[in-house]
Amino acid sequence: MSAIAVIEYIIIALMVVSAIFAVEWRDLLAAVVGMAAVSLFASILFFMLQAPDVAMTEAAIGAALSGAVFILAIKRTRRFESEEEEKPGWWVRW
Amino acid sequence: MISAYYFGAISLVLIGLYAVLVKKNLLKILVGLSIMETGVNLLLISIGYVSGRSAPILSEGIGPNQAVDPIPQALVLTAIVIGVATTAMALSAAILIYEKYGTLNVEEIRRLRG
Repeated sequence: MSAIAVIEYIIIALMVVSAIFAVEWRDLLAAVVGMAAVSLFASILFFMLQAPDVAMTEAAIGAALSGAVFILAIKRTRRFESEEEEKPGWWVRW
Repeated sequence: MISAYYFGAISLVLIGLYAVLVKKNLLKILVGLSIMETGVNLLLISIGYVSGRSAPILSEGIGPNQAVDPIPQALVLTAIVIGVATTAMALSAAILIYEKYGTLNVEEIRRLRG
């Protein structure tokens, strides 16, 4: 196993872990930071897959523009999820 | 190791699908949708990758036989722009929903008001 394969495994693992954190964090601002981290690691993987133009576009749009639009939306609405949105038994309470 | 890329991309799609199906906050659903878009783009790029070849940019020592497949890269470049446009439009709809209903819970939005 070469060194570049180890780096690829580490970056893929970091990307999946930050995706899980972006979904599970209750603070929406932290969730947007996790989504930007997913986009950053995906950009590094695009560069490792020999696609530098896609990597530049993903870094600019995914990390900067999408995060800025999400932060503006959070500023117009509310920051935290409320507690009763996470109660168990969601599939029967319609 | 190309299969690790497949694993990561499909994991991102599944995590985003979990967020869309289970979470109740509208902005958290949009975060899951954005993660799904990133996973699909990564899957498309990793399908076109050929091990040991360089980027598809014609320069001095690199001919068409030493480059990876450029067609998925053009496809993904279009898909990224479509994804950010969809996310921006959905976020503006979420802001309008919050101003009308006063909540972002997708179960509270079902009731009529006004």
